[in-house]
Amino acid sequence: MRSYRCALLAPLLALTFTSAPAHAADTSFAKIERGRHLVNAGDCVACHTDPNGKPFAGGRPIETPFGTIYSPNLTPDRETGIGAWSDGDFYRAMHNGVRPDGKRLYPAFPYPYFTKVTHDDVMAIHAYLNTLPPVKNPSRPPGFNWPLNHRVVMRGWDFMFFTPGTFKPDPHKSAEWNRGAYLVEGLGHCGACHTPKNALGADKTRDALRGGSVQNWFAPKIANSMQDGTGSWSTDDIVEYLKTGRNKHSGATGLMAEVVADSTSKLPDVDLRAMAAYIKDVDGGAPATASKPDEKIMTAGGAIFNDSCGACHQSDGSGVPHMFPPLKHDVNVQQSDPTTVIRVILEGARTVPTDKRPTPFAMPAYGWKLKDDQIAAVATYVRNAWGNSAPAVTASEVTALRKSLRKERAAGGS
Amino acid sequence: MAKKLPPVDVVFVGFGWTAAILGQELTDAGLNCLAIERGGWRDTSTDFAVTFAQDELRYMWRRALFEEPARETLTFRNDPTQTALPMRHLGSFLPATGVGGAGIHWNGQTWRFLPSDFVARSHNERRYGKLPDDMTVQDWGVTYDELEPHYDKFEYLCGISGKAGNLKGQIQPGGNPFEGARSRDYPNPPLDMVYAPTLFGEAAAKTGHKPFPCPAANMSRPYTNPLGVQLGPCTYCGFCEKFGCGNYSKASPQTTILPVLMRKKNFELRTECNVLKVLKDSAGKRATGVVYIDAQGEEWEQPAEMVFLCAFAHHNPHLMLLSGIGTPYDPKTGQGVVGKNYAYQIVSGVDVFFDDKIFNPFVGAGALGVGIDEYNGDNFDHTGLGFIGGGYLACWQTNGRPIETHPTPEGTPKWGAKWKAAMAKNYLTTTSISTHGAVMSHRNNYLDLDPTYRNIYGQPMLRMTFDYTDNEHKMSDYLTDRATDIAKAMNAREIHAKKRTGHYDIVPYQTTHNTGGAIMGADPKTSVVNKYLQSWDLHNLFVVGSGAFPQNPGYNPTGTIGALTYHAAEAIRTQYLKNPGPLVQA
Amino acid sequence: MYIVTSPKFDRRQILSVGVAAGSVAVIDQAQARSISGDVPWEPGQANKPDTAKPGPSEFFSPEEAQFIDAAVSRIIPADALGPGAKEAGVTVFLDRQLAGPYGQAAQWYMQGPWAKGEKTQGYQSKMSPAEVYRAAIKAIDAYCNGKFSGKKFAALTTEQQDQVLTGLEKGDIKLDGADAKSFFTMLLQNTTEGFFSDPLYGGNKDMAGWKLLGFPGAHYDYRPYVKKHNQKLGLAPVGIKGRPGWNAG
Repeated sequence: MRSYRCALLAPLLALTFTSAPAHAADTSFAKIERGRHLVNAGDCVACHTDPNGKPFAGGRPIETPFGTIYSPNLTPDRETGIGAWSDGDFYRAMHNGVRPDGKRLYPAFPYPYFTKVTHDDVMAIHAYLNTLPPVKNPSRPPGFNWPLNHRVVMRGWDFMFFTPGTFKPDPHKSAEWNRGAYLVEGLGHCGACHTPKNALGADKTRDALRGGSVQNWFAPKIANSMQDGTGSWSTDDIVEYLKTGRNKHSGATGLMAEVVADSTSKLPDVDLRAMAAYIKDVDGGAPATASKPDEKIMTAGGAIFNDSCGACHQSDGSGVPHMFPPLKHDVNVQQSDPTTVIRVILEGARTVPTDKRPTPFAMPAYGWKLKDDQIAAVATYVRNAWGNSAPAVTASEVTALRKSLRKERAAGGS
Repeated sequence: MAKKLPPVDVVFVGFGWTAAILGQELTDAGLNCLAIERGGWRDTSTDFAVTFAQDELRYMWRRALFEEPARETLTFRNDPTQTALPMRHLGSFLPATGVGGAGIHWNGQTWRFLPSDFVARSHNERRYGKLPDDMTVQDWGVTYDELEPHYDKFEYLCGISGKAGNLKGQIQPGGNPFEGARSRDYPNPPLDMVYAPTLFGEAAAKTGHKPFPCPAANMSRPYTNPLGVQLGPCTYCGFCEKFGCGNYSKASPQTTILPVLMRKKNFELRTECNVLKVLKDSAGKRATGVVYIDAQGEEWEQPAEMVFLCAFAHHNPHLMLLSGIGTPYDPKTGQGVVGKNYAYQIVSGVDVFFDDKIFNPFVGAGALGVGIDEYNGDNFDHTGLGFIGGGYLACWQTNGRPIETHPTPEGTPKWGAKWKAAMAKNYLTTTSISTHGAVMSHRNNYLDLDPTYRNIYGQPMLRMTFDYTDNEHKMSDYLTDRATDIAKAMNAREIHAKKRTGHYDIVPYQTTHNTGGAIMGADPKTSVVNKYLQSWDLHNLFVVGSGAFPQNPGYNPTGTIGALTYHAAEAIRTQYLKNPGPLVQA
Repeated sequence: MYIVTSPKFDRRQILSVGVAAGSVAVIDQAQARSISGDVPWEPGQANKPDTAKPGPSEFFSPEEAQFIDAAVSRIIPADALGPGAKEAGVTVFLDRQLAGPYGQAAQWYMQGPWAKGEKTQGYQSKMSPAEVYRAAIKAIDAYCNGKFSGKKFAALTTEQQDQVLTGLEKGDIKLDGADAKSFFTMLLQNTTEGFFSDPLYGGNKDMAGWKLLGFPGAHYDYRPYVKKHNQKLGLAPVGIKGRPGWNAG
């Protein structure tokens, strides 16, 4: 069944932006089935499911720099979900970021990306969502401070940062590239995490896919850069990572673990290949410049690393491919922003298990064992040993992240 | 009164190696399976991570991974004339508690028994004449050839590192030439060898033996097993036995099966629940489920179509005795079967002291060693020796954990300045040769219910009556002498042979190779389960583990436990599910 | 020793890595912890060891601590080879152990009826280790008081102390309210534990015990050394909480 479904999906996605009228022949089943896959591609379930709730029934707290917002109920419950929404209502939300009552949505819902999705695909998504069992779960208002608690403010935000518009294929690029661009910039909304934001939370479009801060993680640069992007990853490497949760370079943890589990592992290879082709064509810019770290810090960091980390990552940083990520030339450890490195040392991290790679290798937490200056030293070491280069980490950065994580946990976030 | 829960197809009592294997096999067959485990959930990165796993005090001496006698223990005596008293703290053996069971804290020494071990009575009587009256040794009812594919399956599940000695009947140089024919080599090459076992191997070869690297569940390289589960390379940290592996490099249920099994929709695990009883129907023909008590003290009845006793060796017969299943064994008459033929292992060692050799004993792995098998089973002529059976000799380098391992020569005081100096002088420069002897079953070695002592749930404790017999002492002395011969050939400064003397003592740690009590066989009058570990009395009850061994051969048990479990699983999948009933007609 | 008591698999936290993570639910009214769907995991969790807290004595009285200082100094004396048990903090180790679950025999089966039994049947006293120490120290000091003209054990010469310890070891000295031989066995075992266990338990200060032997401690990777036959490795010992080389300052 699985393979049949994947086969069905592949051509449909290809057609969505090339010849829309072809869908006139959609049977209802095909439309719903296509919607199901599009919902996977958009990873809708991740945000729209509360850990204690039913799938798609919303209520998951999502932390933003402006406060906590709670995802709404996507099930077709007429009262508390979207059961009363018309196709047009749904399209306006996806395409224009506007609710049926005319009020503006907040861009925690990534309509700046979803606006690129074709009308037909949005209709398929709506058709699929309408097949879900209705769940009664009223939406919670966002915990934003003034003035953001007034949705009208978003009118200005949209004016400044948002231009609705369906994806336009680039005729100079291959069909594969265009498919990848449609998925990455549209439903996949990769930039929602991987593109840095300005002070008002809008994408810095000139730095697209060059890494961004999100919920006490740093989503790494995935644009093409040898040192700190996917430049050293082949197309196959990227496909393998998205499909199985790991490749010889790395494993998906943290928020990306959810993306792999709920979304990319379910996508057909042709789509993953297309996404890889597009990502590798996005210029990653230059890595952050780093001066040579203090020798004493490197010595202490190296001592900690060899005693504590080498049993998995190997003392020469070469790791065990597909099990324990190599840190030599690793993308994650060389990000300009060290948040993820510090966080993984503090709290540990688990590689997402998938059907292909079921072993959930997990790095243990070191936060109880190492002091902040020791964590800073070992983080600095892995960022600068074996030919790696990235700015040194300070003890105060570790202290600050500990504090933010405590706050996040207290607030009930992830 | 226990509250009744919705039924399941299969319930496992205990969740270690055997339940994990069966869980994987039977969920694959489409059954809804539930495992009930008395201990808690355990996982590598949280419960025995590299950040704190190397803690000798906590795990070895404060028993962090083992069963707590405060909850469950047994009473013990050497012979039926004594009054059994409770084992108040652990000592001689270390049953586990918690998910993964003893599969977490084992060393990883993964052997196959010899073809002749499975026919111990008929083989030995054919060669040496009638066995002594009180030696209750039996044939297993299953042969090596029947188990071979299942040994193979377990070895590939675990990623055993080793060197074949007998491939389809062809003897292979460098392997164990005495082993039964194997269909293919081990999945991984042998571990790299440290110095002391290398020297032992040289001395063994010089004295006419055929040394080989011992088979190890410690990975000699990264490995992906047939289920797709991955293990990392062993780092020779020297914290295997009594410890959980912190870097996924020792085979355990956690590192070989659970990542796949736990993802299945038709599998569920309940932790911190202790099964008190197996229920049977009014006709006494079928098990109908189990009663367990949870951590809050509530009792629950869990109905099930099939019941598998997968707890530690002696807990399975204990549960049968508490549930009134099968006829309890009576040593006076020799009648009855449940509790019969409890056996163990007899071990001894020869310390070998050098001045000019440095062994770095802390560079170790649980099954890192070189062995010889000339003196195991019936690999040698026992005529005139006065015993049957044997054991392997091996020079292991499992650890240099200093509370446990600080060898000193004979005559050294046990404390004071001279002791301190002797520890310092000999720590890096001493090795030892171990002997790992069989224990043949005996009429007076058995398990039953204690008349006096009760566990925390108010149930009679299990009573263990056990002592070594002449057969064991003669055999162990013989093995120790052979080890001494090789030790002498190592040109050491001095050697110290530590023969096993006197009665079996439950205090010092020896091995956790407890066997028997729910033995398998071909005849319901002399065995508890048939060759598929199926109860002769209740056809939907299976009793799995080393309790099935009719006597204990001279190897570590886990390889054979794995093979018997896969053998049972195959019969259940291919025969029992199609036609539930006895798989062997009595 | 530790007992898992916290509700480790709080569902909200489990799902922090997404809906694919293992679900832990309460079964039909039953209170048992049910685990299915995936291998549970949550960030920041470690079943970490209980570290001995610095500070005043938790179990020994000042007099008892003097006794222990003196006794462990004879079991592992300070000498040219390095610090002894006292210098390595074994008294602190014993104090924390006896104040904790080990001292209370928390894991042991301590229900009657009580009988002496055979040696092969193991420990059959109704006294916990803490009670054994308390009673034995008192009884030994009383014994010394009578035998050595009013002196407690700690005030004896080292020769006299060795004489008393030998008497306990062999069972020649009979104590009031405690079994001499079994106390000595316990003291020797616990002293060895304190001298060679990880420093986080209060003993083995500066890894003195490990340095004496050449044991490198809590290393986790010896692969580079497996094939280094017959060579001294000279590795700096490391504890679970590290070693001096981990600090840059």
